[in-house]
Amino acid sequence: MKAKPRAYVMVSVDANTVVIGAREVKNRLAAEIGLRGLGDEVRVVETGSFGSVSAGVVAAVMPDGIVYGHLTVGSIARLVEEHFVKGRPVREWILPGEHPLPDPETADARQLQHFGRIVLDNCGRIDPDSIDESIANDGYFALGKALTEMTPAAVIDGVKASCLRGRGGAGFPTGLKWSFCAKEVADIKYVICNADEGEPGTFKDRLIMEGDPHKVIEGMALCGYAIGATQGYIYIRGEYRLSIERMRAAIDAARRHGLLGRKILGSGFDFDIDIKIGAGAYVCGEETALIESMEGKRGLPRVKPPFPAQKGFRGKPTNVNNVETLASVPFIIHHGAEAFRAIGAAGMPGTKVYTILGHIARPGLIEVPTSVTLRDVLEDYAGGMRPGAFKMAQLGGTAGEILAPEMLDVPLNADALAKTGHTLGSGAILFMNESVGVCDFLHACIKFFAHESCGNCNPCRNGMAVLLELTARLKAGKGYPGDVELMEELVMGMKSIAFCPLGQSPAAPVLSALRYFRSEVRAGIDPDAIRPNPEHTLRTLLQLAG
Amino acid sequence: MKNLDELRKLRDEARQVLDQRGGKQRVRVTVCMGTCGIAAGARDTMRAFMDELAAAGLGDVAVTAAGCAGFCEKEPLVEIEIKDEKPVRYGHVDPAAVRRIVREHLVQGKIVSDLMFA
Repeated sequence: MKAKPRAYVMVSVDANTVVIGAREVKNRLAAEIGLRGLGDEVRVVETGSFGSVSAGVVAAVMPDGIVYGHLTVGSIARLVEEHFVKGRPVREWILPGEHPLPDPETADARQLQHFGRIVLDNCGRIDPDSIDESIANDGYFALGKALTEMTPAAVIDGVKASCLRGRGGAGFPTGLKWSFCAKEVADIKYVICNADEGEPGTFKDRLIMEGDPHKVIEGMALCGYAIGATQGYIYIRGEYRLSIERMRAAIDAARRHGLLGRKILGSGFDFDIDIKIGAGAYVCGEETALIESMEGKRGLPRVKPPFPAQKGFRGKPTNVNNVETLASVPFIIHHGAEAFRAIGAAGMPGTKVYTILGHIARPGLIEVPTSVTLRDVLEDYAGGMRPGAFKMAQLGGTAGEILAPEMLDVPLNADALAKTGHTLGSGAILFMNESVGVCDFLHACIKFFAHESCGNCNPCRNGMAVLLELTARLKAGKGYPGDVELMEELVMGMKSIAFCPLGQSPAAPVLSALRYFRSEVRAGIDPDAIRPNPEHTLRTLLQLAG
Repeated sequence: MKNLDELRKLRDEARQVLDQRGGKQRVRVTVCMGTCGIAAGARDTMRAFMDELAAAGLGDVAVTAAGCAGFCEKEPLVEIEIKDEKPVRYGHVDPAAVRRIVREHLVQGKIVSDLMFA
């Protein structure tokens, strides 16, 4: 029997670390270990994100459980010499408080995260390019269970009973969505995984695909079985090169193992997946625009109804779900709806994955039960504000709402937020201190929307241009009297008549900013300024365009 | 893979690797590898442990390296920790001693008292 390696170095190669040289560090590490004759003893493994985005290139030495941060190619020779040749961990490079497998009795909330993880449980712990490591952690066993013990209807019932709601932003009940597509009769149906994650600040789907691609595949196959689809597509934005690379490798491995393809696990179920690469248009995250883009057309949203469940990709019944939504499904099928409902809040159970960023001590990737509050995230996971004090947070990316200090104790789930007139959004939380001006911030948000507006409908196309002007004036302190009311009227109008969610989006940041920081926004008005042109209102804008 | 049983078999095999990495092993073998240890042949000791453990089919063992323990004249020095038992230290552990430690201590559960250091 060949000797097994005694140690593993898990190098986190993900979207954040790959650009600062994680691959080079990993290759150098493997080379150095080989050079020192330790190739049989120490194995270097590439893995997904550990959750920290501010610690440079990170690597964990297992089974010791030591995590090193800020590694560079230049630091490798010393690391190997000290840690692996001489057995002395290099203290000054160890990240304090990090442990990939923390002790449940002594760990703090942030370290304990791994225990409650559903979506990211394998992230940073397995080699995403190894299907064996996924299977070792029960990968594909939910699919195996569904195919051997459950009818498609039972799978849908299970997802319905779990109360899983879409994690892409809208929060629509997933089981219900599946049932729409399941009842359609067609020669072919499609499952699409929406990985066109374009919301600024949100990169959780990317880290899910990079850390555990097989979970996404399994979720898609389960959906395919439930709704009667035989073909799946993952629509990944083109910038996500590492996600595309890892998903491709994972699909190939699943095919080789007979977990995709014909008669999966000896059942009568055929299912395969292909990847479609997006060209970086924000609007293509909207499911009908995404489908148009997949058909080779310009990414413009379609008129609904018909909904994709009736007429989707190539006119066939199509179910579109977000990456995180699909990655939550294997847990539900494997452990049952009850187990899922036991986690988080009653109205929207389970966990939510967030990228947390801004003025905080520990920006990164977290997965938390849906019952935690903004304050929990800030204090237990983000390590508190740094520098400064909490002024506001934007929840859910640029199209998200701004929350003021009085909202710190509201649980982060769709129901609790709806009671206070807010929505959850797509999974980014941006924390801001008092150095950020509300008008500056709004202007930055609008700039993004104006750039991404697809131009299809007039309220969005022209509305964004006017909003850009308005916020530019307000941030310069040169607003005309009445600008605040005009901005309010515009975004409300756009919300009600814009063709797709993009044009409806500015309402969230603008109205929530006015709700909590109206006086600060008003301070951007110059009382002596005289408006040179007639006021733009939604009505005049629409008339202008005829 | 043609059925669920094959998937199960693959899972159980693959789990061994992850268990090894996870650090939850029953036995921990620590080889002191300071400059003194390496000069006295600790590298060969380390390699011998890995080969002997594999040959004996012992999977539930973690092998780690540590720095100088302060008893340079006794190197290569090895510590064996078995869960819920007192740790045992062996001195002058060459590959021949490794074979005895693995066979007698780890497989049969008898401490090799003539090699014991403390």
